[in-house]
Amino acid sequence: MLLIECPWCGARDQTEFTYGGDGTLVRPANTAPMAAWHEYVYLRDNPRGRHTELWQHTSGCRQWLRVVRDTMTHEISASSPVELPFGDRKP
Amino acid sequence: MDSGIVQKYSIISLARHALTGHRNWPRAWRDPEPKSAYDVVIIGGGGHGLATAYYLAKEHGIANVAVIEKGWLGGGNTGRNTTIVRSNYLLPANAHFYEWSLKLWEGLSAELNYNVMFSQRGVLNLAHSDAQLDAYARRGNAMRLHGIDAELLTPGQVHEMVPLLDCSDRARFPIAGGLLQPRGGTARHDAVAWGYARAADSYGVDIIQNCEVIGIERDGGRVVGVETSRGRIKADKIGIAVAGNSGHVAAMAGIRLPIESHLLQAMVSEPLKPMLDTVVTFGAGHFYVSQSDKGELVMGGDLDMYNSYAQRGNLPALEEVATGGAQLFPIMTRLRMMRHWGGVMDMTMDGSPIIGTLPVGGLYLDGGWCYGGFKATPGSGWVFADTIAQDRPHPLCEAFSLERFARGATIDEKGAGPTPNAH
Repeated sequence: MLLIECPWCGARDQTEFTYGGDGTLVRPANTAPMAAWHEYVYLRDNPRGRHTELWQHTSGCRQWLRVVRDTMTHEISASSPVELPFGDRKP
Repeated sequence: MDSGIVQKYSIISLARHALTGHRNWPRAWRDPEPKSAYDVVIIGGGGHGLATAYYLAKEHGIANVAVIEKGWLGGGNTGRNTTIVRSNYLLPANAHFYEWSLKLWEGLSAELNYNVMFSQRGVLNLAHSDAQLDAYARRGNAMRLHGIDAELLTPGQVHEMVPLLDCSDRARFPIAGGLLQPRGGTARHDAVAWGYARAADSYGVDIIQNCEVIGIERDGGRVVGVETSRGRIKADKIGIAVAGNSGHVAAMAGIRLPIESHLLQAMVSEPLKPMLDTVVTFGAGHFYVSQSDKGELVMGGDLDMYNSYAQRGNLPALEEVATGGAQLFPIMTRLRMMRHWGGVMDMTMDGSPIIGTLPVGGLYLDGGWCYGGFKATPGSGWVFADTIAQDRPHPLCEAFSLERFARGATIDEKGAGPTPNAH
């Protein structure tokens, strides 16, 4: 069982959360070329090791978190609130 | 078979070895030191890689091939699946490809002179609403138009076929009918890897275990070899067949893939007397079950739902699998589980595999198998060998190109969109 530290609610079981995938993606401008959209929608670094990812505390405070977790060991090394709207975050 | 297997397995060889207490069987394949160069290097010694090497040697006359495996043969997803074989797909590209694979399965034990225990016990998808049954009828009709067997069953026919299913109105998700593919079934997964290994080895293919690829060497946009934990190996053509780790290996050649690696678990129960002679899938949740020859119920369900390369999962996913099982088969509530395990899936952005050429010359990919790589093993090896030999996609895998995502030509069987854990 993953134990995820929610900045608002404390450490909670993974079953309270919904996975949101890669947390490093930056949404292109609406006018960006198709290649940029292809990259954003489909391509992933998919690292074996440290992975920055999004989780939503769906059965809790419903806030989105950005979590750093190792995909080999499942160890969680950091979790922080996500500034909204995260899709428009500047790199 | 016309290969160079020195000693064919037969009732005569069995009887002859019985006389000496079965102590003198020759090893099934060699354990060679890697040579410094090959015509083709296949990365990954699972079913797909070994099948590719076998068909390269047998169908294309390319036997100067090495299969490089970081662990042991079939220790990855080939030995971690729930052994289901089927071709019950809606979309044409999937239907044609998986049906060709199923046809190869039907002759595989004889082809390889190795019993892969392929058992065409049928695959039954349960429907739990009229709308779902309509969708199954549509898929069944599409299958029949593609020349694939499919039968739509009433609840009564389902109950007759699988008496232990809860077919009552009191079930949480009452059964509205089912779609049966009678030619589907199960196979012995380890035997598939061993059978292909033995047959490929007999043609002179070198199978090199405990040898991890740590780099792909390139020169001027083409591959020239691989760097491994046991030294450099030169090759002008390199095939990647490492599903689960495709993203990791493709990154060695500077390629990003539309894939996330996810964890999928499965488990077996204590052995029971024969109670289930087909494969049943739950339509209102994610659960599938069959009974092994040893009597264990083999079952699986959904992903753990987060990126992982760990090959071990957590209990919430298993609890959900058990819940699905108990809803279908009330007797399962008192069943004890014996073992569970996890494998790493290449989850693509449309739920379909990626087979074909890559933007680097001489580099080919066979991956992105999501939940469904095992049943594809013979077909995948067949088309991938042809793709490598001819340096262009085999007609059956043209639609599965990596470029389909950039062109918007995705093959989204479930209509789930670019959310890899939803397929």
